[in-house]
Amino acid sequence: MTYFAKPRLLRPDTPRNSLGYTRRDYEGAISTLCAGCGHDSISAAVVQACFDLEIEPHRVAKLSGIGCSSKTPDYFLGNSHGFNTTHGRMPSVLTGAALANRDLLYLGVSGDGDSASIGIGQFAHAMRRGVNMTYIVENNGVYGLTKGQFSATADKGSKSKRGVVNNDTPIDLVALALQLGASYVARSFSGDKEQLIPLIKGAMRHRGPAFIDVISPCVTFNNHAGSTKSYDYVREHNEAVNRLDVILPRDKINASYPPGSLRRVVQHDGSILNLRKLDQDYDPSDRIGAMNHLQERQALGEIVTGLLFVDSSAEELHRHLNTVEKPLNQLGDAYLCPGSKALEALNASLRRS
Amino acid sequence: MSTNVTKAIRRSNDFVIKFANVNGSGSASANELFARAIINMGVPVAPRNIFPSNIQGMPTWYEMRVSASGWLGRRGGCDLMVAMNPQTWDRDIAELESGGYLVYDSTKTLPRSRFREDITVLGVPLTEICNREYTDPRQRQLFKNIMYVGSLTALLDIEFAVVEKLIAEQYRGKDKLIGANVNALRLGYDYARTHLDCPIGLRVERSDGVGDRIFVNGNDACGLGAVYGGATVAAWYPITPSTSVIEAFSGYCRKFRTDPDNGMARYAVVQAEDELASIGMVIGAAWNGARAFTATSGPGISLMQEFFGLAYFAEVPVVVFDVQRGGPSTGMPTRTQQSDLISCAYASHGDTKHVLLFPEDPYECFTLGAQAFDLADRLQTPVFVLLDLDIGMNDRLCQPFDWDDQRRYDRGKVMSADDLEAGKNFGRYLDVDGDGIPWRTIPGTHPNKGAFFSRGTTRNAYAKYSETGTDYVYNMERLRRKFETAKSLLPAPVLRRASQPSRFGAIYYGSTGPAMDEAYALLKKQGIEIDALRVRAFPFANEIIDFINEHDYIFVVEQNENGQLRMLLINEGEIDPKRLFRVLHYDGTPITAGFISGRIADILAALKVKIPSLVTPALSPNRQQVAS
Repeated sequence: MTYFAKPRLLRPDTPRNSLGYTRRDYEGAISTLCAGCGHDSISAAVVQACFDLEIEPHRVAKLSGIGCSSKTPDYFLGNSHGFNTTHGRMPSVLTGAALANRDLLYLGVSGDGDSASIGIGQFAHAMRRGVNMTYIVENNGVYGLTKGQFSATADKGSKSKRGVVNNDTPIDLVALALQLGASYVARSFSGDKEQLIPLIKGAMRHRGPAFIDVISPCVTFNNHAGSTKSYDYVREHNEAVNRLDVILPRDKINASYPPGSLRRVVQHDGSILNLRKLDQDYDPSDRIGAMNHLQERQALGEIVTGLLFVDSSAEELHRHLNTVEKPLNQLGDAYLCPGSKALEALNASLRRS
Repeated sequence: MSTNVTKAIRRSNDFVIKFANVNGSGSASANELFARAIINMGVPVAPRNIFPSNIQGMPTWYEMRVSASGWLGRRGGCDLMVAMNPQTWDRDIAELESGGYLVYDSTKTLPRSRFREDITVLGVPLTEICNREYTDPRQRQLFKNIMYVGSLTALLDIEFAVVEKLIAEQYRGKDKLIGANVNALRLGYDYARTHLDCPIGLRVERSDGVGDRIFVNGNDACGLGAVYGGATVAAWYPITPSTSVIEAFSGYCRKFRTDPDNGMARYAVVQAEDELASIGMVIGAAWNGARAFTATSGPGISLMQEFFGLAYFAEVPVVVFDVQRGGPSTGMPTRTQQSDLISCAYASHGDTKHVLLFPEDPYECFTLGAQAFDLADRLQTPVFVLLDLDIGMNDRLCQPFDWDDQRRYDRGKVMSADDLEAGKNFGRYLDVDGDGIPWRTIPGTHPNKGAFFSRGTTRNAYAKYSETGTDYVYNMERLRRKFETAKSLLPAPVLRRASQPSRFGAIYYGSTGPAMDEAYALLKKQGIEIDALRVRAFPFANEIIDFINEHDYIFVVEQNENGQLRMLLINEGEIDPKRLFRVLHYDGTPITAGFISGRIADILAALKVKIPSLVTPALSPNRQQVAS
């Protein structure tokens, strides 16, 4: 239950990052999700990513909507402020938060119901607006809290636990994010933390809207034969285009890669995305190519994963608005209030002449 | 055309002039120029746009009340009609008071049957003069407007130099435009002087009735109030009649909040995809410690309901300017009403109550607009500033804006890193001080203290998820205490006592103010002395309830059909409904003094209340208009 604090006993040899934090410092309350839920693996991946990136926990703001996935921000980063908003409206609340303080890292967590159904409008507009954020959708194709209805990402022809076949065309959030201008777009699988953790790290070091669609099987309502979001199905159909290693500026690069097998992307903050190619022809800097590739493979029943697109030169919302470097929530009265002199001049201009 | 009017109206500095125009014909700036000319003659003017929900082609009117006594409410009726729109000709002619004046474009001859015998008809061949003077079709259109201003200047005996100077100010630095406009003004002026009997019975005489008042509209003042109130984030979705609040905020921010060193913005304005997203952004920004607001109107208020509940329950300080228009549904988008009180006071599902402010004029739009941000931060709750189209979109003479430079923003109960470090007990929803207002922390304050999880779900005093009844009840009772605390912080009602003790009390708010001021005087003339109380905020101050209890008859004057303030008073003050009489005006036009005084007199007559000092009212029928 969420109101139980986790025990804080630490062994002397517990690993600490250079800030002195242990992984435990990035954890939250105990999860109330079903045992084996893919979402818990994603929470663990977020914890690991923040530990590895040596982020001060209070420099992160985590926001979510409503649903199983949206509960998870309570289960990681307990020292970060969090906001569990309304169903489908996390993107706008996150956008506002990001406007108020450009210095924090914004992590939006949502689900397929939250982002592809009720919140598809806000999802779309946050992407096209260029909000600087990491936006994770924990995608299981099903409504959990209301017990197993299809969501808008459920594949056509997939079967519900009760045997009902879904006839509606699925919404592909990755395709939408690409089309709408997200500058970091990835898909992963909650059962593959080797892939997922670096993708989250890369997203958190990215400037601009970073979107990760994580297929995250629902063990209770959508993990049966006939489902295209089950652990077995995703494992069988997962086609990763690349593997990512995130290298921070302070890191020594000691891995060596065979020539031609690597693509290197330097992000605005100096972090390096090393992409080990699994599909030699895949170009993650080509937005339209990525969209084509996704459509082609999807038609073959494959789930394309990896870092699908990245544009490290993209600009974000604050740059578009030309806001001052200092966070708006830290500007004092003197910077905000024009004072009585200015008002007198204004009055004069509004008076009879 | 010659007329034979026996009783032409003869009045100086006290009449109504109305311009009947076609939307999109460029008449607005000419009409406004005319209003400013009268102000510069030192005579109070209250103009009102009566416009359609349309960009071009539909009828639009600019109604201007000239009042030496300083009455700024709508009077009703019309003494001088400038009929420039053939579509509305017949109704415009019909609306004139007997003995009134008609100014029209006499280029085309109209049959005698299209006029009235009891009015003075003043024809100016505007199209003919324009076609002779100009070749460019746009110029022909625009200068026609300036030309009729010129004719009116002569007809009403306004000093030509006053209008000329205004044109020079308006086009400062663009000498070509000044010359062209003054020339058009002169053409209209000279025609009237040469061909018409100038001046007519209506005159503008130099006076000192304007004083140091400023002439500005409420939306502009709200935008300025938000700048002075320290707002840094505005998120919005365009909707009539609130759009210009954000335009004003953006404009004043560009002027006052651009960093002089690097040209960067100390503010952010985002046009959202809809009203849900705009209030969502405002909530996100306010949660994160910035002062944030949105501006909207009725339909937007409906769309934001769920989010208002979140802001109320998660206790996020947001400010909402609601420029009310005619409802329900799309209603009358370009007409005025005060019909969002209930949907704001109890916005969202579950048990909610919200703080409302009711500015009377642009001055209060500025003052209460700025104060709303302090109140929201202090109370950690949404604060609604409820103005309406009448105040929002019409220029109004009002007291000049003022600001005390010693004033500091009240950011309310925010715990700093030092507070947390010092070991202060932080429970986000803990009532430490007994006023129902808890302490909050802003994200990013401290590495391992003070973080909490905001949510719309129930929680205990330490913000941990809880469905325990006692935790829920603790929270709801605290919210109720907080609402009580709000009473002591809100602007007090404004009381005006009759010269002698009265059994009658009137309660009103917002844009009804100017009409009520005048109705008060009208009633007094009739021998009906009333006490009047202007409500400025919800929750209601105790003195409002006391006022009701002190009087035998209470008239609740408002501009909606439900009697929404009355409903709130009955509900919140536990008042016997029989004691509160409705004076309701809701046809979309601003309420008039004649309507208020007429309705109050009618109610008293129907109740057979004996008033010894009563005199029979002697008002023209037009001033006693009743809402349809």
